[in-house]
Amino acid sequence: MSTGLPLWEVFIRSRRGLSHQHVGSVHASDAEMALRNARDLYTRRGEGVSIWVVPAAQVSASSPDEKEPFFDPAADKTYRHPTFYRIPEGVKNL
Amino acid sequence: MTAEGSAGTEGAAGVAGAAGAEAAAGAARPGAAPRELQARFEELIAADERVEPRDWMPEAYRKTLVRQIAQHAHSEIIGMQPEGNWITRAPSLRRKAILLAKVQDEAGHGLYLYAAAETLGVDRADLLDALHTGRQKYSSIFNYPTLTWADIGAIGWLVDGAAIINQIPLQRCSYGPYARAMVRICKEESFHQRQGFELLHDLAHGTPEQHAMAQDALDRWWWPSLMMFGPPDAESAHSAQSMAWRIKRHSNDDLRQRFVDISAPQAEALGLTIPDPDLRWNEERGHYDFGEIDWSEFQEVLAGNGPCNRQRVAQRVRAHEDGEWVRQAALAYAAKQEAKLAAKPAANLSENPSETKEVVAA
Repeated sequence: MSTGLPLWEVFIRSRRGLSHQHVGSVHASDAEMALRNARDLYTRRGEGVSIWVVPAAQVSASSPDEKEPFFDPAADKTYRHPTFYRIPEGVKNL
Repeated sequence: MTAEGSAGTEGAAGVAGAAGAEAAAGAARPGAAPRELQARFEELIAADERVEPRDWMPEAYRKTLVRQIAQHAHSEIIGMQPEGNWITRAPSLRRKAILLAKVQDEAGHGLYLYAAAETLGVDRADLLDALHTGRQKYSSIFNYPTLTWADIGAIGWLVDGAAIINQIPLQRCSYGPYARAMVRICKEESFHQRQGFELLHDLAHGTPEQHAMAQDALDRWWWPSLMMFGPPDAESAHSAQSMAWRIKRHSNDDLRQRFVDISAPQAEALGLTIPDPDLRWNEERGHYDFGEIDWSEFQEVLAGNGPCNRQRVAQRVRAHEDGEWVRQAALAYAAKQEAKLAAKPAANLSENPSETKEVVAA
């Protein structure tokens, strides 16, 4: 018998000053249960100070097939990097 | 998983895979020719990069991973039973708290692994069903009974010790979500092994009866632990392909040798004798030689005829069925809450819609 408990993606802030990071997923009937399950599963050793749970079905992701065209615009603009520029020798703090 | 620096950006891809949005990741896509996709996959493997959920992968690679990760997950949760058997009879509050924490960890390891398997487009409920109906297996070591308290020590020291040796290279497995789950698991296993060693050490240095109990546990668990590494390389059905795909990094026999080399001096430190008359240091090889493994026993246990096979599966099925009303009740409650929320006017929308909704879980 399938239970059909929805899937939630779990994000954890491991300590103050850091952003939340994806750690895995849990099954739960609602957000509150998902938070409790995520606490029991992913923070048994003090790995987090804050948890986000997001319904997995609500996440949109880029497709790996489109990898090249999708990220192409970033590839040919080397002038966005500081190393692109010629600076005379001896100039400091630049 | 948190330990991996790049996990944050990879998250979204893993998410969609897990969500089943791209469950048919392996299916043909109109955009790219199969040969091109295959070439890209092989490039990734050759460069020792990780394959992530939404990447194209050969169907056989996906199937191998599902089988292996599911079997691994099943082993973790079935493994709760032989140890859970002793929770109520732990000899002290300290030991009881330790054992509870360890058994809870095993449940956690199972869940990390089911989550990793789900990124491959399978459903946890289906995997559990495959376990309950015998279509998928778990490690045969858990079909042996825990007859005395010393067995809890032997499991921690030997069974978790063998698992660690198997799992350390899996942290570099070519499939990202599996590798990340292993990083987490390996961190936690170290406590499991040390508590077992300590427990056995205390017994081995206790009364003569306690020492005998520790020796008896080692006598019964040693050979099944060696079998945990799987059949000899020459007879291992999946080894070569798994190594080519970098799912697996070392052969069964290499890992088994490593385990013997590590365990032999530890047994000496315990003051216990490994039940193998052929075990001795081989100066020339730089390894311990050890005796023949009785593979017929392994095959028997694998075939379902170990001491506890039927009991383990029956208990798992019972636990699952006994929990069904809880899951149904939770779902009914969630549906009710949602209906209530939908009936209310949208008055309590947050002033700042970008703010995270706070759900108090206290």
